[in-house]
Amino acid sequence: MLTDITLGQYFPGTSFLHRMDPRMKISLLFVWIVGIFVFDMPKAYGVFTAATVLLAIISRVPLLTLAKSIKPLWMILVFTLLIHMCGTPGEALFHISVFEFTKEGFMQGFVICLRLALLIFLSSLLTFTTSPLELTDAMESLLSPLKCIGVPAHELAMMMSIALRFVPTLIEETDKIMKAQQSRGVNFESGNVIKRLSSLVPILVPLFISAFRRADELAMAMEARCYRGGEGRTRMKELKVRALDYGACACTVVLMAALVVMKVEGI
Amino acid sequence: MSIEIKNISYTYMPKTAFEHQALKNVSFTLNEGEVTAIAGHTGSGKSTIVQHLNGLLHPTDGQVLVDGTDLASKGDEAVKARQLVGLVFQYPEHQLFEETVAKDVGFGPKNLGVSEEETEKRVREALEFVDLDYDVFKDVSPFQLSGGQKRRVAIAGVLALKPKYLVLDEPTAGLDPRGREELLSRVCELHKKKKVTLIFVSHKMEDVARIADRLIVMNHGELVIDAPPRKAFLEEAAIKEAGLDIPVTVRLLTELKEKGFSVDTDAFTIDETAKRIARAIKERGRR
Repeated sequence: MLTDITLGQYFPGTSFLHRMDPRMKISLLFVWIVGIFVFDMPKAYGVFTAATVLLAIISRVPLLTLAKSIKPLWMILVFTLLIHMCGTPGEALFHISVFEFTKEGFMQGFVICLRLALLIFLSSLLTFTTSPLELTDAMESLLSPLKCIGVPAHELAMMMSIALRFVPTLIEETDKIMKAQQSRGVNFESGNVIKRLSSLVPILVPLFISAFRRADELAMAMEARCYRGGEGRTRMKELKVRALDYGACACTVVLMAALVVMKVEGI
Repeated sequence: MSIEIKNISYTYMPKTAFEHQALKNVSFTLNEGEVTAIAGHTGSGKSTIVQHLNGLLHPTDGQVLVDGTDLASKGDEAVKARQLVGLVFQYPEHQLFEETVAKDVGFGPKNLGVSEEETEKRVREALEFVDLDYDVFKDVSPFQLSGGQKRRVAIAGVLALKPKYLVLDEPTAGLDPRGREELLSRVCELHKKKKVTLIFVSHKMEDVARIADRLIVMNHGELVIDAPPRKAFLEEAAIKEAGLDIPVTVRLLTELKEKGFSVDTDAFTIDETAKRIARAIKERGRR
């Protein structure tokens, strides 16, 4: 049923990656992504692939679950590979009608696909090991320097965390209302398009009413507890950059420095 | 004729990190004409059971038979069997959506393909039953009503389906004492006059003691007690273990009995309790 949907892909755990400061995770992810695109030597790919696999193992997220995160982009990867194979001149591997598939094309396509796959895996690792709330907190903190040019960082983050908070609640509510109406004989599964659409009315009306009621109650409860925007607010779970974050940061710096040297020296 | 629950187990979100087994091998039979209460702590699986009774959930393992038909089977028979069981959810007023009370109550019968006149008759009957005047309320928007009235409209919406078995999930939650009293007596009347088999979820043991013939206590997805309330309350330890309490009157009488008064502990109303205590004191005086 509807409640079987998991929000985001957070996979609870206590690994090194789970314990890292989310801001550091986001920043380092950014550095790695840039790195993957800048360093295009075969050795660099080896290093990145090995590092990603290592991180995946450290995170303790089941590898199968992680592998599934590539599913939505599977077609694009295959398509990219094929285009490169028949679009690059070189030694022919095989023909399909007028298309010639080359070895050079395969190598190039493979490298690009590997890049994309690494990107997907790395960013999935972030969402697998960071809860949505931590992500919004990190976002607020990372966006806060932009406050001086008028970006409402706190409000954006607050809106996002409220929205995230209410997604499961509303899903649950929808599920409940659907069941209640099913108990009164509504059939959502059969009938023509118009009939099916009209069977949504008994769900949407109560759902909207309850969403507005909840919004109203939440606003009231927030005001009753003197909420008046982000200024001067402290938080219960202060984000803290700890030794392990500095460690991760140092590893990344060393890795990137080594790759820069490799690139400049042409090794 | 009965609802038979045969060794059912149910798991939410199987094969994910959030997998949770809500029911573990539960079996019981709800006989026609009985009033059964299902009690348990939050998360004990009582609401999950209730949703099995009219086929909203199908057990991961085991069977639910309504008058002998397996609800999980495909075909018209299972659909018919599901319609025999009317289910009133917790806070049923949240499901109201029509423009007028009459339309909302008539929504169920209309879905079942009941004719217009018959629907109107049923709506009138259902509304009268929950003590709302049909002619006064039929054209009112359900959203203008008070909380208690909304709930009664919602219950009427299920009654209009004319279920043979009526299942109520915490029907009195959030009502004031008078509202609770009224609702319970209405429901009792339904049982007595219309011979509707009642199943209700509650953790108000006073309510359970008053109207139920039978009490089923759930704990962590397992059935721990299945007995008439009077008997069930004797198993105080098991009831406490399940996160519930025995009625105040029973507790008082039990303590008196321990102190040496000769009283029977199975009184559930204040009046009856007072009488028993008075009798016990008199008896002691005579001796």
